[in-house]
Amino acid sequence: MAGPGKSDDKRGVHAVAALALIAVVIAAAAGAFAYTGGWFSPHRLTPDRMVDALSRRGGDPLGHRRNHAKGICFTGEFAANGAGARLSIAPMLAAGHYPVIGRFAIAVGDPQAPDAAGRVRSMAVRIAAPDGEEWRSGMNNSPVFVVATPEEFYQITRAQDLDPAAGKPDPAAMQRFLATHPDSAVFNEWAKTAPWTTSFADQTYNSLNAFRFIDAAGRSRLVRWSMQTTVAPHEVPYDALAALGPDFLEADLERRLAQGALRWNLVVTLAAPGDPSNNATKAWPANRETVAVGMLVVRHAQDEADGPCRDYNYDPTILPVGIQPSDDPLLPARSAAYAKSFDLRAAEAADYPRTPPRSEASR
Amino acid sequence: MTDAGGRFSPLQRALHWLMAAMVVAMLFIGVGMVSTLHPRYLVLIAIHKPLGIAILVLAVLRLGVRLRRGAPPLPADLPWWQAAGAKASHVLLYALLIVMPLVGWSMLSAGGYPIVLYGPIHLPQIVPHDDALHAILRAAHAWLAYLFFVTILLHVAAALFHALVRRDGVFQSMASWRR
Repeated sequence: MAGPGKSDDKRGVHAVAALALIAVVIAAAAGAFAYTGGWFSPHRLTPDRMVDALSRRGGDPLGHRRNHAKGICFTGEFAANGAGARLSIAPMLAAGHYPVIGRFAIAVGDPQAPDAAGRVRSMAVRIAAPDGEEWRSGMNNSPVFVVATPEEFYQITRAQDLDPAAGKPDPAAMQRFLATHPDSAVFNEWAKTAPWTTSFADQTYNSLNAFRFIDAAGRSRLVRWSMQTTVAPHEVPYDALAALGPDFLEADLERRLAQGALRWNLVVTLAAPGDPSNNATKAWPANRETVAVGMLVVRHAQDEADGPCRDYNYDPTILPVGIQPSDDPLLPARSAAYAKSFDLRAAEAADYPRTPPRSEASR
Repeated sequence: MTDAGGRFSPLQRALHWLMAAMVVAMLFIGVGMVSTLHPRYLVLIAIHKPLGIAILVLAVLRLGVRLRRGAPPLPADLPWWQAAGAKASHVLLYALLIVMPLVGWSMLSAGGYPIVLYGPIHLPQIVPHDDALHAILRAAHAWLAYLFFVTILLHVAAALFHALVRRDGVFQSMASWRR
């Protein structure tokens, strides 16, 4: 009698220990998964936190891009002259014509912001090659970017948090940021002194981040690129912009395109050894070799609400073979945050009707 | 039966363990990449897409092998609800192995993204470019991933229960490589 009893006890103890071990294994696996997903890291800079910060600048972002929220679509083509083919095997750099779906925007969080609120204007393009390769690029009219890292971009965005009492951000917050981030000085000087104009058409748009062009021999070259305007700028004092109405940039674009196509030269700048690949606040010296690789021809503009650019994510890391991201830390961060913004606005499409209300449609 | 010792065939065992490693990697890569702005994001997403398609191909192959070769019977004394749970969870695991990559592929198609496996190797769009469809598929991809992970935890817990508590040979039918 004693024998089997003892053995039953042993089996019972063993089973309890085994169940405890199983519980530990499962809890450890679940914990590792949660840790990887950031559940234990409230201070991790996630795409969610980034796009949330972008929407704290005021306005109702639902259904819209969380940054560069106000924009207008365009279509046209990229006419490659073939000069880029020796630098990169990207199919759209071989001489030929490639369709473009693009977007002009101002770098604001509020999709209803007046155009004069956009110190930074942007151009996004999606250049398609027949074999399915795509080159997407989001470019700004500033010569450099305002910060070098995603963390700094988060901080400078939070410095623009809307103060609900004042109805605008606290200017001291931005001053504090700029005082502690000397790398932002070049951008800030541009923002203070660059002339204001009344058009998207007379601006040059810069890739800001560096990329790599890969040629047929496999050689990798560090590059930046610019869409250089062919239109003489019409400079006006800032105070004159208010009289033009809240949507003067869109109206100007439509007026110009009614007269004919608009053109930009796509110019690639080749880095020299030592030029920074990973710091978009630093301009490269002006004497670097440049190659004009073709012309962007913009033919038509469309309201974003039902325009062809609406449902594209202009992720700058969507690149054809022959073009790769550099080690600039802003590029992966842009990719991750743009994806989050795209996922949000696609799910919020009901908040941004495709058929604009009557009053807007008659514009 | 599949093996003289009441085990899954060597091909089935090899596919199981290879895919176990791939799927666990996939789930951790997925949950990690959507929660970071770090440069590793681009590396993770470049792995996630071809790894997902590799899982889809292997899952279809594996389902065919399973339908042809079957599985060793569960112990006769296994309570009915445990046997039913085993059956249901295996159906769910097979379904997720095939559905998850298809939802991911469709989601990218609906989002208007090029579907790059490696360099110039692209997959075709399998659904129209449509943001409403993208929103549904994007949410489904995340929730199915959580369901997948929870189902795998249950699967592991049940396997260890067979190995350590019941000691009935079920665990060995997949885990043992002894001749």
